[in-house]
Amino acid sequence: MKDEGDHMTDQKPFVDIRHAQKSYGTLEVLKDINLQVQKGQIVAIIGPSGSGKSTLLRAINDLDPLTGGEVWLEDKQINKNLPHRQYEKHINLVRQEIGMVFQHFNLFPHLTVRGNVTLAPKMLKGLSDVEANTLAEAQLDKVGMLERIDYYPSQLSGGQKQRVAIARALAMNPKVMLFDEATSALDPELVEEVNLVMKKLAEEHMTMIIVTHEMSFAESVCDRVLFMDQGVVVEEGPPEVMFRNPTSDRTKEFLRKHLAGQHP
Amino acid sequence: MGLDFTVIPQYLDIVLWGALWTILITLGAATVSFIGGMFLAVIALYAPLLVRLPFRAFAFLFMGTPLLLQLFLIYFGLVQVGIDVPAVMAGIIGLGLHFAVYNSELFQTGILAVDKGQVEAARTVGLSRMQALRKVVVPQAVRDVIPPIGNNMISLLKDSALVSVIGVSELTLSAQRAIGSTYRPFEFYVLVAVIYYIINLFMEAVQRRVERRVQASR
Ligand SMILES: Nc1ncnc2c1ncn2[C@@H]1O[C@H](COP(=O)(O)OP(=O)(O)O)[C@@H](O)[C@H]1O
Ligand SMILES: [Mg+2]
Repeated sequence: MKDEGDHMTDQKPFVDIRHAQKSYGTLEVLKDINLQVQKGQIVAIIGPSGSGKSTLLRAINDLDPLTGGEVWLEDKQINKNLPHRQYEKHINLVRQEIGMVFQHFNLFPHLTVRGNVTLAPKMLKGLSDVEANTLAEAQLDKVGMLERIDYYPSQLSGGQKQRVAIARALAMNPKVMLFDEATSALDPELVEEVNLVMKKLAEEHMTMIIVTHEMSFAESVCDRVLFMDQGVVVEEGPPEVMFRNPTSDRTKEFLRKHLAGQHP
Repeated sequence: MGLDFTVIPQYLDIVLWGALWTILITLGAATVSFIGGMFLAVIALYAPLLVRLPFRAFAFLFMGTPLLLQLFLIYFGLVQVGIDVPAVMAGIIGLGLHFAVYNSELFQTGILAVDKGQVEAARTVGLSRMQALRKVVVPQAVRDVIPPIGNNMISLLKDSALVSVIGVSELTLSAQRAIGSTYRPFEFYVLVAVIYYIINLFMEAVQRRVERRVQASR
């Protein structure tokens, strides 16, 4: 699983963020961020609240467009300059290739689990009801939610909702998956079931960028860890170095506080 | 002279035909008000200013003037410019547009109340703005405003009596016709009140049923 991604510099990056810059008015939230992720690599982004982790993640699929810099997926620039209509078309296609999982699940409450998973494949890939069903069943089986296929989201626990949200993203057969604190809103006893699904994806070599507060999870699945603070990447490296022997004082301070917070 | 309800059976068919027209007009106008209301809501929230303004003027006109006047305008007024609308149609259109404006306000509130994360999730899987609106936002907005829309539809039923002024033999006007031959206003108005009330109960039952059905989808 850990394939020394840092040293694969000979390979062209799969996701390539170059000089990302984002401002809200005078508030600069991302300051010249660079991040290269190889195909099949798993990168964790950690850092204090407000440091810009979500903003960076959401820049990748253009939910929060950057004010400067470039985002590339394979050989396509995501945030390229196009007339409005063309850009909408372009971005809708790009987004099909990028799965995203939110802290608060954002399942569609008016649709069943099946409806949630089949909506986009039916609308965007022209799948028939039968094809979409087969697809939904396979994805839900993968996240262990097949038996709840006809439930509504309101009838599920948080962990189950998040697993369905992952299946919904996977149903579009994305090239990369983005997780924004996927387990932060869950009761502690429900975290593990979601972590297991994410580990399974890791074993299948899904390219993933994971914003997380769970250091032990990050350590066990990630190839690389980025520590962000105040809009900059303070330090990055393999998890064993980042968690055991970080260089930066800010990283040490963050980890110390964080670990103290986790075991009160 | 005392009350004599035995006159009713002889005129019952006239009154029941009237009731049927009332139901038809109410259903027709409710449909217009629902589709028109959603259309107006989407325009009000998303259309560019130049499109929005004329519709806003239209909404203002329909909210700020009596329904009676609107019915006269559609039925008697439009003939002058060569548009001859049959009375029943004029009634359905007038009532429907009038309530479309009120429904539009509700739909707008409903649409704005849908969690922003819903659109984000829809856009994230690749849906366009319109697709997200149609498949994700609008269904939830509709679900959430069923109770107040239901109240509007009951007002619509009651206001359908106004259509009698342009000569549609709906419930109220048929009763007046029966009264014209029998001089028994009390008996027939009570009968008509009871019929309105029954239709009303029926509409409330439908509304409750729909609300129960969407309960799980919250
Ligand atoms: N829409 C917005 N308008 C203004 N400031 C924002 C907006 N979204 C985020 N921010 C600010 O950007 C900074 C980074 O936010 P975020 O990326 O959510 O941090 P994190 O995910 O690391 O907690 C915060 O200071 C936040 O207040
Ligand atoms: Mg965040």
